[in-house]
Amino acid sequence: MAKVRGAVVVENEVCKGCNLCVVACPQDVLSLNKEVNSKGYHYSYMMNPEACTGCTNCAMVCPDNCITVYRVKQANVA
Amino acid sequence: MDELQLADIIKPENKVYGKSKIMTDTPMHYCYGCSHGVVHKLIAEVIEEMNIQEDTIGIAPVGCSVMMYYYLDIDWLQAPHGRAPAVATGYKRTNPKKYVFTYQGDGDLAAIGTAETMHAVNRGENIVMIFINNAIYGMTGGQMAPTTMIGQSTSTSPHGRDVEVNGYPLKITELIAQLPGSAYVTRQSVHTPATVRKCKKAIRKAFENSAKNIGTSFIEVVSTCNSGWKLDPVESNKWMEENMFPFYPLGDIKDSVHDDVEKYSVQKNKK
Ligand SMILES: Cc1ncc(C[n+]2csc(CCOP(=O)(O)OP(=O)(O)O)c2C)c(N)n1
Ligand code: SF4
Ligand code: SF4
Ligand code: SF4
Ligand SMILES: [Mg+2]
Repeated sequence: MAKVRGAVVVENEVCKGCNLCVVACPQDVLSLNKEVNSKGYHYSYMMNPEACTGCTNCAMVCPDNCITVYRVKQANVA
Repeated sequence: MDELQLADIIKPENKVYGKSKIMTDTPMHYCYGCSHGVVHKLIAEVIEEMNIQEDTIGIAPVGCSVMMYYYLDIDWLQAPHGRAPAVATGYKRTNPKKYVFTYQGDGDLAAIGTAETMHAVNRGENIVMIFINNAIYGMTGGQMAPTTMIGQSTSTSPHGRDVEVNGYPLKITELIAQLPGSAYVTRQSVHTPATVRKCKKAIRKAFENSAKNIGTSFIEVVSTCNSGWKLDPVESNKWMEENMFPFYPLGDIKDSVHDDVEKYSVQKNKK
């Protein structure tokens, strides 16, 4: 069975830690980091990367354009 | 079958979404979670997809988005408070092949600029107007706007907007739909992935309309101003759904070619 796997890359220094991507993710992939960036924002990161499907929902709602989304179809996954 | 490593997924050929090339690398000055950023990105994506970067002129307003010209790599003019539709009129009439849009807040478009707004639409100017209604004057510190909700507290209505004193919130988008010069009038939002996708379609349609010379296309985006509202961005979305959507319902209000002038002309040549 083919399985879709995704991943996101958050531009840490641009992220403002608004949490909108975190609540928009249907797979509970994202969370705000305990660490802060140089501006003091708790930037978003993939806490649970295996669950990402690359659906782009997080990137849709991001006001600061700091999420890039990748997706692959993985063949023959049981 | 081996589990895929992140490095196998994060490769240029697997990229399905990223920042539009029309957006500059200048970080936006907006508060965290501000709707302005989402709408900027949608306009940029539409311009990129329509391949009209060289032919698009934005008219920036006064308000939090006053420096929008730093963020989208297109040509810009900056208009005095409320006057963007007048400036857009001049630009479009002298450059009819260009795509001209205004981007304005509710204080700009529905308070100080009400006259310019109504008359530009009533003239059926072939422009796109994008209206960010966050029910407040964001830039100047969260004062009450004409669009502020009944009971909403702001820095100039600390006990909530009182209809007896301040009147009703202004549904300027419904008024605009009444004008013969408007072609496409819609109310959108950008608080969920689905509404963001829908709003982008509306912006695309509005830009396409301006090449068809069918009148003004007007898009209200019901938006949040979490700083002015003194809520966090997620709470702001909830507040907007509960308090703004019942009064400012989402959806298309008008979708037509502007009214036929013949229909209303004096019947000069008829006996
Ligand atoms: C002629 C003039 N009057 C008043 C102001 C002060 N002023 C600046 S922004 C603003 C209101 C902006 O509110 P809005 O258009 O809703 O934009 P937002 O910041 O909420 O996006 C006002 C009254 C000004 N700059 N120029
Ligand atoms: S792409 Fe979809 S699944 Fe992956 S983090 Fe974003 S919202 Fe979640
Ligand atoms: S939506 Fe964007 S700015 Fe907000 S936390 Fe997520 S990545 Fe950061
Ligand atoms: S004050 Fe309001 S409208 Fe202005 S940037 Fe902040 S959240 Fe956005
Ligand atoms: Mg406003």
